[in-house]
Amino acid sequence: MMTLKVNGRDHQVEAEADTPLLYVLRDDLKLNAAKFGCGLGQCGACTVIVDGKAVLSCVTPVVLLEGKQVTTLEGLGSVAAPAPIQRAFMEEQAAQCGYCIAGMMMRAQALLQKNSKPTDEQIRAELEPHLCRCGTHMRILRAVHRAARLMDTADASTTADRSAR
Amino acid sequence: MTGTVRIVASVVVVALIAIVAAAFVIVWRPALAVIDPPAPQAFDAALVKKGRDLAAIGNCSDCHTARGGRNFSGGVPVQTPFGTVFSSNITPDAETGIGQWSEAAFQRAMRSGVNRQGQHLYPTFPYDHFTNVSDEDDRALYAFLMTRQPVRAPARENQLSFPFNQRFTLAGWKLLFLRHGTYRPDPKQSAEWNRGAYLVEGLAHCGACHTPRNALGAERVSAQFAGGDVDNWHAYAINDRSHSPVPWTADALFAYLRHGFDPDHGTARGPMAEVVSNLSSVPPGDVRAIAVYMAGVSGARAADRKEQGAAASARSEKAAQSNAAGSSIYAAACASCHESGRPLPFGGVNLGLSTAISSPDPRNLANIVLSGIRPVEGERSPIMPGFAASMNDEQASALLNYLRARFSDQPAWTGLDKTIAEARRTQSAALQTSSGLGPGKASPDPAQRGKP
Repeated sequence: MMTLKVNGRDHQVEAEADTPLLYVLRDDLKLNAAKFGCGLGQCGACTVIVDGKAVLSCVTPVVLLEGKQVTTLEGLGSVAAPAPIQRAFMEEQAAQCGYCIAGMMMRAQALLQKNSKPTDEQIRAELEPHLCRCGTHMRILRAVHRAARLMDTADASTTADRSAR
Repeated sequence: MTGTVRIVASVVVVALIAIVAAAFVIVWRPALAVIDPPAPQAFDAALVKKGRDLAAIGNCSDCHTARGGRNFSGGVPVQTPFGTVFSSNITPDAETGIGQWSEAAFQRAMRSGVNRQGQHLYPTFPYDHFTNVSDEDDRALYAFLMTRQPVRAPARENQLSFPFNQRFTLAGWKLLFLRHGTYRPDPKQSAEWNRGAYLVEGLAHCGACHTPRNALGAERVSAQFAGGDVDNWHAYAINDRSHSPVPWTADALFAYLRHGFDPDHGTARGPMAEVVSNLSSVPPGDVRAIAVYMAGVSGARAADRKEQGAAASARSEKAAQSNAAGSSIYAAACASCHESGRPLPFGGVNLGLSTAISSPDPRNLANIVLSGIRPVEGERSPIMPGFAASMNDEQASALLNYLRARFSDQPAWTGLDKTIAEARRTQSAALQTSSGLGPGKASPDPAQRGKP
């Protein structure tokens, strides 16, 4: 039994120390935004934010998360009140099949939290660990730029951050 | 009495003059005449092509091309115990490069470490090796460099403390450590071995990283290839003191140097990734020659290789230890690839064969765990995610201790916390210098591997 802080809430989870975070999120907490892609840390679909940094949850055992804040896409916003990054991806219609998009948004969010005006090159470099097989890369790039602009005018913090305050 | 004084005084004066004259002879080098930059058409195409391959063997691009910078335009900082030396612009730009250098000036720089203007060069430019390069190879290298795109890029000021910022001191260094023309073919060995020796000891300058250096920054001749330092990485011992669990052979070395990967040893990364990237583009015979010569240096015992490999693999089957945290991290973060049985190089090598884990220096393992292995653009290549964002120093330390205990028969590392903190610091510094220049692999030459 361990305490996992996810989206600003403490969860008591029954999990072996070596269980990947992704399994706990999806199977125990029913947070299904983070996707199982390759299970090897090579596609990026499972990306979540841990203490402000993008982390591949499929190769992150929960034992590493003692005392750390986990944020998933559900923690950024909801259908009713999407976060700037989610609005931007919708407005640019950046998802085709959408499987990679949750991971893309999480890493883009982590990038924008430390660099509010990234260049095209910086976004490309940052999102390099993510695979998209549909080929919506150009829209994803535009969406991240749009999110940067939206965050300039809106409160860019996540609901997790807000509730943690 | 006055006569004696006079004699002594004149002896002293003569001695002083002699010392000054000797110092002048040792230190002073003339400037060589400037030339008009020759037109590219002035060089024979075959000679330029030969020079291209030689420049790749010499790994010139690694020090002379900054990440995201123009080819061979210099400005790469090289950290030394004495301060930072910046590499020079070796494009044929007349004002800021070597455009006004005659072939004689280029050859003097390669042989004696003196630039056209007559200044002594720092031995970060490995002229202690390049002095062995033949006249004709120097000619080809000159032809190659003088036909590159000229780039205007003024030299960056070196950051060295006194007295190392005084170039005349280098004359003394050369007196002590520069041995001209030390390479002589060994008639008892094959032509291939001799070719390899010529390249390794000369242009390829393998010892510049793989040989430890003395207090004055010169390679310790008595410890040739016993392992050295480069860019916060450990350059492994590649003589008979190699810590590779399975001894190297010429075939394994060839595969590693040519393709960047050998199943018994894993992948080339860190500064070595650039070396193999360059070697993948040169005539295979030269890589084979290097491998043959180095296999002799490392004293590979081909007969017991299989047994040693089996022993190394068996060791990895040993039962779990008391390090519960390390064991859990390993199970989720490492085993999913390294025990997957997927085809190499994508599946992750058997960690029992990892030199990084068996090496006395934990820096390479720390670097690789924190930063991962980036894919090489346009190639099928090994890939590994970095774990800097998900592990704190303590957790990374637990993992490294676990790997060391489980996959090697070596004693536990000491000072691991400091190593990991340092690896993390240099990693974030590297990320900062690359931001604004785009992705690590946005090198002007797509064949060049991004440095972690």
